[in-house]
Amino acid sequence: MKKHYNLLMIGGGPAGAIAARTAAKAGLSACIVEKRPAIGAPVRCAEGIGMESLAEFVKPDPCFISAEMQRAALVAPDGTTMILDSQSSGGKVGYVLDRKVFDRELVWQAAEAGSDVAVKTRASAPIIKDGKVRGATLEFCGTKTDVTADVVIAADGVESKFSKWCGIDTTVPLREIMSSAQYIVTDIDIDPHCTVFCLGNEVAPQGYLWVFPKGDRTANVGIGISGLKSGTGHRAKDYLDRYMASKFPNGKTIEWIVGGVSVCRPLACTVGDGLIIAGDAARVVDPLTGGGIYNAMYTGDLAAKVAIDAIEKGDTSKNALMPYDMQWRQSKMGKTIERNYHIKEYMINLTDAKMNAIIQTASSINLKEFSTLQLVKELIKRDPKLIFELAILKDLIT
Amino acid sequence: MLKVHRDICGYCGCCVSVCKEGALELIDAYLEVGPGCTDCGVCAKACPVGALEVERE
Repeated sequence: MKKHYNLLMIGGGPAGAIAARTAAKAGLSACIVEKRPAIGAPVRCAEGIGMESLAEFVKPDPCFISAEMQRAALVAPDGTTMILDSQSSGGKVGYVLDRKVFDRELVWQAAEAGSDVAVKTRASAPIIKDGKVRGATLEFCGTKTDVTADVVIAADGVESKFSKWCGIDTTVPLREIMSSAQYIVTDIDIDPHCTVFCLGNEVAPQGYLWVFPKGDRTANVGIGISGLKSGTGHRAKDYLDRYMASKFPNGKTIEWIVGGVSVCRPLACTVGDGLIIAGDAARVVDPLTGGGIYNAMYTGDLAAKVAIDAIEKGDTSKNALMPYDMQWRQSKMGKTIERNYHIKEYMINLTDAKMNAIIQTASSINLKEFSTLQLVKELIKRDPKLIFELAILKDLIT
Repeated sequence: MLKVHRDICGYCGCCVSVCKEGALELIDAYLEVGPGCTDCGVCAKACPVGALEVERE
């Protein structure tokens, strides 16, 4: 490890790895710091990503793709199932990844481009001089080392501690943390190319339960519920265990996964002097789906690009890094987050009866495109009464 | 004070993200409770597995 880097990435997930790859490819010195002893483990993810989204940053490779998805099923509280099929993308809509292999591949690509990597190495404090972030104190097996950087990219995931130490409030409101649990379950009967989303206040209050196939008879079976609805006897794990007992009583759990997913609005500002915040740490998870892999890669890449430009111009102040914040907010990703935030806020207040009615209406719709936007548009078309309730959404999607 | 049931904790960091005081930190597989903890109990509520408990004295 060097004493100074152009870019220092705190966190070795998709945001940090893509940022490092972009920086190293441009000829800058870069280093990824990962506090865990292994990249990619333990997994904190349901592993779903859209086909095109993935291809934007990495060539799809069977080594990190567990399964290809062709359709999605939305299950209402009363069991009514609506199938969302794709007719426009050759039948394929997305993938369920193997994050352990995927994350390693991204870091490997960054390393191959010239980035340094340090595992089991924890950033324990920022180095701040004259109010500007200048690097981080790194701890490895009890030894502390100060490493300086022109720009630090905080990509430390849902915990988002680094930015907090730099004076930026990254706290997720309790009602907007998805308290989550997931099992990898094998030897179960599933449609191996269909992602299943189950809704309902009894099933997953203010969240959803998912079955994401990872093979012919294996799937990620998981759940996220609002932190506000979580408590003794009714935690994410309790709901998941109940579902498992009723749906897959003979399934074998081969991995036990827990986590938190933020579904709040992104941070009010995602840059500071010498600092850019990317991925889950910036709270750019899609608030409706909880998906964060693409958004992490997108913001990681953009963070590096803006940092490169700022370093070349010799100014890495908050003002000089501001184009990052402005660009992702104006991007398709930024606009989708804003729109989906409103849809999420509408959805979490629905009664089971209302959810049943909407899905019953929607299940009669044959969607040509696999998208939330199309679905909401069709819903409004089909059910005139919904227009009033979806008025806020209508403004967002027209 | 906040008690961490280490046999239950899955060291996922969900609690860290909701701690307003920044009192929690996940050091690999070990959840550390710092002096800033106010026993507010938000983390205990958010925990997906029930590994945190505010013990009233």
